[in-house]
Amino acid sequence: MNLAAQDIRHNLGRFTLTALGIGLLLMIVLGMGGIYRGMIEDALVVVDHIGTDLWVVQRGTRGPFAEISRVPANLEHRLRAVPGVASARPFVAHTIQREHRGRPLRITVQGLAWPEDKGEWIQLLAGRRLAQAHYEMIADASLGLGLGEVLRLGKDNYTVVGLTRGMVGSGGDGLAFFTVPDAQAIQFDLPGEATRLERAARRHRAQMQDLGRAQPGLLDRGAGPVSGIPALGPPLVSAVLVALAPGADAGEVVRTLDAWADVSVHSRSDQRDLLVRGLIDKARRQIGLFTVLLVIISTIIMALIIYTLTLDKVHDIALLKLMGARNRMIVGLILQQALLLGAVGYGIAYQLGSWIFPRFPRRVLITGDDLATLAIVVAAISLLASLLGIAKALRVEPNQVLA
Amino acid sequence: MPPDLDPTHAPAIAASRLSKIYGRGNTRVVALDEVSLTVDRGEVVALLGPSGAGKSTLLTAVGLINPPTAGQIAIGGVPVMDGDRALVDVRAFRRERLGFVFQKANLIPFLTAVQNVQIALEINDQPSRPARRRALQLLDYLGVADRADHLPAMLSGGQQQRVAVARALANRPSLILADEPTAALDSRRGRQVMELFRQVAHEQGAGVLVVTHDHRALDVFDRTVEMEDGKLRPASPPTQTPAPSPTLHGNQNES
Repeated sequence: MNLAAQDIRHNLGRFTLTALGIGLLLMIVLGMGGIYRGMIEDALVVVDHIGTDLWVVQRGTRGPFAEISRVPANLEHRLRAVPGVASARPFVAHTIQREHRGRPLRITVQGLAWPEDKGEWIQLLAGRRLAQAHYEMIADASLGLGLGEVLRLGKDNYTVVGLTRGMVGSGGDGLAFFTVPDAQAIQFDLPGEATRLERAARRHRAQMQDLGRAQPGLLDRGAGPVSGIPALGPPLVSAVLVALAPGADAGEVVRTLDAWADVSVHSRSDQRDLLVRGLIDKARRQIGLFTVLLVIISTIIMALIIYTLTLDKVHDIALLKLMGARNRMIVGLILQQALLLGAVGYGIAYQLGSWIFPRFPRRVLITGDDLATLAIVVAAISLLASLLGIAKALRVEPNQVLA
Repeated sequence: MPPDLDPTHAPAIAASRLSKIYGRGNTRVVALDEVSLTVDRGEVVALLGPSGAGKSTLLTAVGLINPPTAGQIAIGGVPVMDGDRALVDVRAFRRERLGFVFQKANLIPFLTAVQNVQIALEINDQPSRPARRRALQLLDYLGVADRADHLPAMLSGGQQQRVAVARALANRPSLILADEPTAALDSRRGRQVMELFRQVAHEQGAGVLVVTHDHRALDVFDRTVEMEDGKLRPASPPTQTPAPSPTLHGNQNES
């Protein structure tokens, strides 16, 4: 006869409610791990799928995912001349926030080198890829935009021609893919008056210098930050993506590019490491600590629950001891209940999580490894939590039946 | 082998000069004062006395629940206690040799009537199926077989007490210890329980020691002993023993 099962059957309502509480706690533990996994997945979605071997970025920077990187678009032509480089294409990445339908809309803008890159590597939920050089976009479903919807960004309207799912940036904002010129236009858009004022200021500064008087035509482009007026400065991109030729020595290409004074080069694995160890490291540690706290809290709560359940059974335990029950039967009663509580809580956590996590604004990714780890943690928690109850049960004297 | 060490002839209880002292100094209380008591196999003995006389202390000492401060106890010829030192594995000894019935039935609330009896057998290493069969037989014997699958909360006080008696009898103990087992029962049910003890004692050769305040059923006992202030009074002569009630089984279908 299994005493633990009989007791649970007798107190099914209370056991169910307790297991539900434990399950909710474990669901949060599971969710924290899932949020961490989701962050990594989100951060790496572009790096892993865009199909490039090397990222060539502004000298001294870690690339567009870590910080602002600006390189001239014509860098791609220089790169194509490097032995071992099969192709080079510009890439733009930045985040914007606009009002749309009365709510803030944050978009991580990705500029693709159309027509070489029409977004073939992007898994579409609906619609199609970019079919023209301007005014089209592929948007992630998390942005809440519909297929065919028109969004005004800067001075232009962009039509959503394709939808993706689960493609968000490391900040959690949905990705939207444009052509590079469109992404630049969105990034460097300035009101007309601002352009006119800046142009006037440049002219004034240029006229005050000898170079301006000697070569007035150059001054418009040479004075001031070139990024301020795209019409006047050379276009800038965030990075240039390099694909190596088959059989090319990646190390040799990297060494060549490292010798250039204006750029830094990172391999795909470098970018991954930078993202994982740099951009999301603090978030990872924060989530990790929070998860540890949750596990500790879960253990304490479970221990208290098991202890309370044991207290409720002190008289029955005393009676069992009076009848000569061995300690292993008493310990088994408590331990089995603790493990069953943990197992049912785990099941509830999994079921509830499977239903709730997809509704979270950010990706919560639960892997098989995480589930297995949590199962081990829950078993450990259950064992640990039952110790208090077991200690109490072993101290119960048979003469307490007479109390 | 001396007769009192022969398991077949040794008394169910042979307690010699048992003392139990609680506290010390000003708070010192002598609950048992060199009490010696023998209960033979097949003998049903009533232990009488006012509250605080030490009856329950004696019962728990003999039941290996509450060790004495001094004195010796042998059960079925086996020395089990020497002072507060156990000479045997007391839990195993209780499991195999002793049966307990209390004023309250003390049934495990999450087990059915049959399971409450069955658990006593399983604790004594009986396999589950034979244990259940034996438990059902005992409940049938005690007239509560029709309530076998009911939880204690669904049983009347009398039914609960009969289940408790069945549990005490489950392992065919050589000694049954009962602490006011009829206190919660009406006189008819109380008498039935006492007669049941007598029947079991005579049929199984078990010794039965019953602490009771119920003087209406004293005629059921082979002998009565009285306690006062932790001491035994001189033994009373055996009472007139009635014939076992022929309605013991038939009248117990209490609703």
